[in-house]
Amino acid sequence: MGHESPLRHVDLFGVTLTFNLSNILMITVASLIVFLIAIAATRNLAMKPTGMQNLFEWVMDFVKGIVKSNMDWKTGGRFHILGITLIMYIFVSNMLGLPFAVVYDNELWWKSPTADPVITLTLAVMVVGLSHYYGIRMKGFSEYGKDYFRPMWFMFPLKLIEEFANTLTLGLRLYGNIFAGEILLTLLAGSLATGVGGHLAAIIPTLAWMGFSVFIGAIQAFIFTMLTMVYIAHKVSSDH
Amino acid sequence: MTTNAYVLGAGAGFNGGDILFQLAMFIILLALLKKYAWGPLMGIMQQREEHIASEIEAAEKSRVEANQLLEETRAELKAARLEAQTTIENAKKLGEEQKAEIVAAARAESERLKESAKLEIAQEKDQAMAALREQVAALSVMIASKVIEKELSAADQEQLINEYIKEAGEER
Repeated sequence: MGHESPLRHVDLFGVTLTFNLSNILMITVASLIVFLIAIAATRNLAMKPTGMQNLFEWVMDFVKGIVKSNMDWKTGGRFHILGITLIMYIFVSNMLGLPFAVVYDNELWWKSPTADPVITLTLAVMVVGLSHYYGIRMKGFSEYGKDYFRPMWFMFPLKLIEEFANTLTLGLRLYGNIFAGEILLTLLAGSLATGVGGHLAAIIPTLAWMGFSVFIGAIQAFIFTMLTMVYIAHKVSSDH
Repeated sequence: MTTNAYVLGAGAGFNGGDILFQLAMFIILLALLKKYAWGPLMGIMQQREEHIASEIEAAEKSRVEANQLLEETRAELKAARLEAQTTIENAKKLGEEQKAEIVAAARAESERLKESAKLEIAQEKDQAMAALREQVAALSVMIASKVIEKELSAADQEQLINEYIKEAGEER
């Protein structure tokens, strides 16, 4: 991971936008993979599901369970698709960096897109932004505003801080887990594999860590989706 | 750029382009998946749910129907049994009556036969008595005339009487 990022600067209407081409590539790859898998799984839909359809129906029910554990299905149903897309996209993103990393011209190209704080924070801000949007839309602006002074008026500063803390922790938790996993994999693959002995010594811990990283990737995708629904439910539901 | 890449944000600067790209890609992905994958999948799951619900409803309905039919059949069977019972009772009663009638008729017939037989026997007896009486009278007259006709010895007389009696026996 100790490599530079392939940064390119583009001037757009007088604003300089910085692109990390590695991120662009990996976001595209992850989106493409999710899209292709989903299309392949739902191409031949049948009343009696088989194979991939079963898997995806299970994913749908799983996310439905997440939504239902946080809010009423009548209000939560509209977030079902958001939840499924989030969990699939993040899971695939987390898996992408595991098998290998590609370094070209001392620039790191292939990695998990979620191993970059910019990406995870973008997702987190998007989710929190959505929660505010739906909070205002479904409860009205005054109810939404009053929520900042509940249950006591002096909770207002804490409530404000909570919003920023939520966003930061949501994004950085995912980033930290995936980034740390990839660093350790790089260290295992790079530093230990210095000779035949090093190769042999590195096999077992690398395998173990990869297995653990798969687990972490799945868990983090679940946690991100779960917290998304928790935050949205917090803003949308009117009973607290 | 030789800054330490392990430090958050070090050397990366502010990647405004990445943010925009990620947002756009995610929204596009969301829209595409909704249209081509999750939508149809949800549709079919909904369809299945409805199918199952309707199947359950139909099964419930047919169960109720079957129960009703069973009740009906039971009632009908009961009625049929009752009817058969009454029919048998009636037949038995009828048989008893007929039996009594036949027995009574037979008894009366035999009584009648007995009576007529008794009557006949009595008539026959009377006839026989009359005939015998006539014969005895005729014989007495004959014997008397014979006795008068001839003076005979006691032995001859006896012989004669025996002769006539014998004759009378042969005549009869």
